[in-house]
Amino acid sequence: MKIVVNGEAAEIRAATLAGLIAELGYADAVVATALNGAMVRKAKRDATPIVAGDRVEILAPMQGG
Amino acid sequence: MDAMSPTTSMSPTTSTTAADPVEFYGTRVNSRLLLGTAQYPSPAILAEAIRASAAEIVTVSLRRESGVAKAGQPLAGQSFWQLIRDLGVKVLPNTAGCKTVKEAVTTAEMARELFDTPWIKLEVIGEDDTLQPDVFGLVEAARILCRDGFQVFPYTTDDLIVADKLIAAGCEVLMPWGAPIGSGRGLNNPYGLRSMRAHFPRIPLVVDAGVGVPSHAAAAMELGYDAVLLNTAVAKAGDPVKMARAFALAIEAGREGFRADPMEARDMAAPSTPVMGQAHFG
Repeated sequence: MKIVVNGEAAEIRAATLAGLIAELGYADAVVATALNGAMVRKAKRDATPIVAGDRVEILAPMQGG
Repeated sequence: MDAMSPTTSMSPTTSTTAADPVEFYGTRVNSRLLLGTAQYPSPAILAEAIRASAAEIVTVSLRRESGVAKAGQPLAGQSFWQLIRDLGVKVLPNTAGCKTVKEAVTTAEMARELFDTPWIKLEVIGEDDTLQPDVFGLVEAARILCRDGFQVFPYTTDDLIVADKLIAAGCEVLMPWGAPIGSGRGLNNPYGLRSMRAHFPRIPLVVDAGVGVPSHAAAAMELGYDAVLLNTAVAKAGDPVKMARAFALAIEAGREGFRADPMEARDMAAPSTPVMGQAHFG
């Protein structure tokens, strides 16, 4: 299905947010996630379904001032 | 030789910093320099600059993880995070770039989970050219976050009424700007900063943004500010490591100057050498 990940169109197979994180290779990474503008805690990713058209943000620690 | 033992030596660095900690939300640190982690020439120079600065708190951000994870190749965000963890410093995540209350609050929530800290440097930016805080959005976001258990470090202006409202919202630290972020202009309004210090004698105050050279940081400390937060001045120096140390020294010197109760300035000269007893050769 087609969704948007970090602002870019993506074709994915996963049905949940946790599945998406694994599919993208971020399973072991320190990341925070949001779905359609609202944060989804790590513990809730398994139970969070992904549907076509969803917008997912996957954020990581970065340099900042 | 006993007189020269480490406990009795007069090292200015150890004797002053150890005795003069600053506290943010109950967390005590000895360094009054908070250092940003962006724009350094390399991760190695960033690490060395943090060590040279002796900063115990560094600011970090959250950004989209980029690239495709490949075996044996760490993602950019992950290797940065490993570097910071290895340095053993406390992190102060920011909401840099957020322009709405919703963006800032959501970013703060994500930062709390990602970095496992209730601390958040709250930025709600109102205008692109000056990166001036949107103080209305800032107060609203601070109210929401404080109610939710965050310990908010608001990036604000030197406006006293805004400061009052931030404190009423639950902020126990205020971080007024010296000048626009990244401008290196120093303290644009020393009068405003001095007023703020006088109005809020018990709130930890941090000059955040606009500092360009060590004397700017020393000036902030001489005004009685509790700490200085800076990034570009170190990261964009020709020698960031040397500049990090220069800022550490300047902040310590400024702090000691403040604690030493400076003399009052006056308009006319006053001879420092005694006039009494001066010979007359006329």
